[in-house]
Formats: sequence, structure tokens, C-alpha cells
Amino acid sequence: MNETVDMSNGDTEKEIVIVIRKMHKWYGQFHVLKDINLNVERGEKIVICGPSGSGKSTLIRCINRLEEHQEGEIIVDGTELTNDLKNVELVRREVGMVFQHFNLFPHLTVLDNCTLAPIWVRKLPREEAESTAMEYLERVKIPDQANKYPGQLSGGQQQRVAIARSLCMKPRVMLFDEPTSALDPEMIKEVLDVMVELATEGMTMLCVTHEMGFAKTVADRVIFMDEGEIIEQNKPQEFFDNPTHERTQLFLSQILNH
Amino acid sequence: MEQSIYKPGEHPNLPPPSNTVGPIAWVRTNLLSSPTNIVLTVLSIWFLYEIIPATLEWAFLDAAFTGESRDECRAKAGGACWAFIGERFNLFTYGFYPAEERWRIDLTFVLLCVALLPVLWDRCPFRKYGLYFACAFPFIAGWLLLGGFGLTPVDTDEFGGFMLTLVIGVTGITFSLPIGILLALGRQSNLPVVRVLSVGFIEFFRGVPLITLLFVASTMLNYFLPTGTTFDLLLRVLIMVTLFASAYMAEVIRGGLQALPRGQYEAADSMGLKYWTSMRLIILPQALKISIPGIVNTFIGLYKDTTLVIIIGLLDPLGVGRSSLADTKWTGLSNEMYLFVAIFFFISCFGMSRYSLYLEKKLATGYER
Repeated sequence: MNETVDMSNGDTEKEIVIVIRKMHKWYGQFHVLKDINLNVERGEKIVICGPSGSGKSTLIRCINRLEEHQEGEIIVDGTELTNDLKNVELVRREVGMVFQHFNLFPHLTVLDNCTLAPIWVRKLPREEAESTAMEYLERVKIPDQANKYPGQLSGGQQQRVAIARSLCMKPRVMLFDEPTSALDPEMIKEVLDVMVELATEGMTMLCVTHEMGFAKTVADRVIFMDEGEIIEQNKPQEFFDNPTHERTQLFLSQILNH
Repeated sequence: MEQSIYKPGEHPNLPPPSNTVGPIAWVRTNLLSSPTNIVLTVLSIWFLYEIIPATLEWAFLDAAFTGESRDECRAKAGGACWAFIGERFNLFTYGFYPAEERWRIDLTFVLLCVALLPVLWDRCPFRKYGLYFACAFPFIAGWLLLGGFGLTPVDTDEFGGFMLTLVIGVTGITFSLPIGILLALGRQSNLPVVRVLSVGFIEFFRGVPLITLLFVASTMLNYFLPTGTTFDLLLRVLIMVTLFASAYMAEVIRGGLQALPRGQYEAADSMGLKYWTSMRLIILPQALKISIPGIVNTFIGLYKDTTLVIIIGLLDPLGVGRSSLADTKWTGLSNEMYLFVAIFFFISCFGMSRYSLYLEKKLATGYER
């Protein structure tokens, strides 16, 4: 099933990278994601927020099929996610992911962490992969740590390596799954700075985060989820100033006023 | 409040107090730290005092190193009779391998050491070529030991002694690790057929005593195989020992695989790595590192279990020793025989154990902060 979908609709100006249509997911009997519909334009930055257990992480994990959906369709960059491993690999190549707990490979140096996928998935020669890796390590401001092991770095540094590692695959979309929630407070800023820079360069980003400051400055759209549904989505200004749904109002009052 | 003599931020790093470092401090903290500790120290010293001189006297000072029989030994000294081991040394080492062909065993042993070097030592010069040689070694060893192609053929029932132990031990160790890895991965597979087969294999071989498997290998297999097929007994034993050890190995490695955080699998998947690539480069290096103590434990167990082949008539060192004791010239010297065989096994197993510690330490660098 190598079904590709024509995205170039005549009347829309922007190219759409991710299409999610009527998507449902269950964990056993438990209905985690209910009727999700979402289109993501190229270059768009989306922040997804919501109470814990609302399905926001599960949603972005469905986009690179770390989780399988049971109904509806997810089309990433023209490739539909199905049981066909070829399609899954194709999508994963184009979609980078940054995890809450970094998930760096502890037995490899920082540089090897960054070159592994380019060498084995993109089949780049080692020298080319290494020079790309150094370029990105410089962008996240830790080129001097290239030959250390992840265990020797601070949490903030590890997360920046994880971002560089994803970027080395030159992905078209980046997914961030609570990238700052496992970090000490003084390290959150260095990671957010890197993400802001990435956003200004035009990367398509989907970000699950509770950093509302980041959402306000960077996001084109904020999505609020609760109990597996998208409750509300809007431009950040509107979203924060005039939330329409009462569950959104409650959530915002809880995280903003304390 | 007491005034510090240094201003805030200017306190230098001082050396620790002198009574907390040095040999006296070591003795105090390790040997004499509490009344119980003192009692244990005294008891240990008394125990060593009782045992060491007596052992030394029996094994060396009052021992006979030459002689033609037990009685001759006894006439010379009251302790151990090492002349027995000396006379039977070749039998212990080579079994019944023809005397004029024994150089082939010596050569195989030297080549084994050469093949092991690049496998065990990652900074070995010419390691790449060494590893090619290590891959070719089993075939070279088979040719040297069995003969043919220009060498006099030697039947496997002439194998025996330490040489037999090494043949079974090294073969079992070499093949049980890769088979164990495949079984452990199979047990975690998403494909039900692979999973069920792996679980069935592991549970069967782990649930049956090795002796039973060896009996099956020596007798029952004849019923299952078409009549007239000859299937070398040693080969059957090698297969059984390998499969038995593989089942244990698989469970040890499964422990390592399960100890890895899910995030490692997810990170590998999210980058688009294929299954075998991510297993080879990311999952297995970490899982095997965690499993080193268990893996070496299984190796040592397997190595010592090779002595069980005595019950199906293969003459391992214990078999050789027991048949030597039956000789009227040397009867009653079982202490010497068992001690000698024990020392041989201890050296091999202690070597493996130390190597595993070295490996753990080497691989641990860079993980810890």
C-alpha cells in the first residue's frame, strides 16, 4: 500500500505536510484518542497542551508510529502510515523526534549518536555525516563535547545533543515530546533557546509542552486537548486571551495563575 | 558563632586529617573497626595459621616428585605423591591421541590462543586480520584434530583429557552465545511463530538435566535416525551441550534486553533504523554489557559441566584420572588426582571470571558521570 496523496490543493497557498483524518486510538478497551482531525502546514509551529493523560503525547507519537492508530488515517509528507514497514520507515526518516528523557545512546559518544542514523539510514559516508553532525552540534552550542559520552553531560546539554541528533537526519518535521519537563529549572532556557532558533529558521514543529512562554512567542497555533479530544485550537494570542471552552479556561487558570 | 579564619569564597582545599589515611588507618577501619570485626580478624588469622602450613607441608615439603609407584612414593615421603601425575601427565592432557600425532593438539592450542587474542583484546595489532583468522579457526582446528586431507585421520573416541574438555568447552561457548542471542531476540519477537518456537526451545532445554540430554545423544538418537547412519558421538555431545547452554544464555540475555529502558528502542525506531541495525548497533551492545556477569557465569557452568560426559563413556580429565586410579601401581592417590584436575579447572574458570571483570570495567567508562 504505497498510497500517496496529492497535497497540492489549488486554492490553498501553503503546502500541507501532515494530514490526520478521523483518527482514533485505543489502548485495549481504553479509548485514548477520539476523532482527531488535524492539518499541519509546512513551516507551521504547533504547541499542544492539556492536562496529563489527555493523549497529547500519544498523538504526536502516532505521527511517527511509535504508537499505532486503529481508525482513520495519518498521512505524513504524502506517505500514509499503515502496517507497511516501508512506509513507516519512510516517514520516520523525515520526522525527527525529541523525547522527554533524551534517549541518547549511552554507549556511543555524542558524535556517534549524531552520525549513526545518517550513516545507517541515509547511507551517507562517515566523513560527510561527521561534518554535518559537527555543524549541528555547533548550532546547539556544544561542539566541544563531541567526543564525550552522554553520561558525562548535564541534562540540558543532553537534550541539545538529542535535538542535534534529530536534525542530522535533515527532517522535514520535528516532534517534541515534553522536551523540558525532565530538566532542572536553570537548564530549561538553553533548550528553549535552541528550539526558538529552530522555529525562526522555518522548521515545521509539533511540540507537546507546558512552557506557555514558548507557546506565546513561537507558536502559530496552540492546541488544547482533554480526554483524548482536541477541545480547542487557536492562534496563541486568541487562545490565551479569549479561551472559548470552559475546560480550556480552567486549565489556563490553573497553569497561569499561581 | 565561631569566626572562620578565611573570608567567604577564599577557603582553600585542605588535606584530610592524617589519622584517616595511610596503612594504620586502613588496618583500623578494615580489620579492627568494631568488637565483632576484631573477633573475625583474630579467627581468620588463626584459621589461616592452621591451614596454610599443613597444606604446604603435604603438597610441597613432604611430597614425593619422583617414583615408579605409590609404594615408592610412600617410602620417600608422607605427603603427596606427584610422581603419579607426572607419569600420567600426557594421558591427562591428550587422552588416547596417538603419541606421534600429539603435535597437532599442541599446534591447535597455540592457534587457539592466537585466535582468542584479537577477539578478547580490542587494541590487538592487526585486529581485523586476527578476527578473520578467528573465524577460520574452527575449521583449521577441526582439520588438525580430526585429520584427513594429508593428515592421518584420528577417531574422536581417541580424544580425551584436558584436550577433550577444551574441545567441548570452547565449541559450546563459541556457539551458545550467538544462538542464545537469537533465541532471546526470538522470545521478544512480534511474530507469534518465532516467539512460540523460541520459548518452546528454551523451556525444553532448560527444563531437562544435561545428563538426560547426553544419554539421548549417546543412545536414543540411534532410534530416531535412519538405521545405518553413523553420527559421531562427540559431535552429538557437542550439539547437546551447545543447545543446553544456549537456552541458559538466552535467558541471561533476555534479562539484559529487558533492563534497557524502552526509550532506547523508541529512539532507534524513531530514527528509521531497521530492526537488525538497531539491534546490532544500539540494543545488543548495551544488553550484552549488562549481561556480562550472567554470560560468563553460564560459560563457566558449561565448562565445568563438560565433566559430565564421563557417564556416557567419554574420557575427560576426571575419567582419565579415575581409570588411572584403577591401576594397582597408583591406587589410593585420589587426593592428588582430584586436586590436579581441580587446579586445571580453577585456572580456566578464574581466568574467565577475571576477564569478565576487566571487560565490565572497560565498557563502563563513559557511562558514569
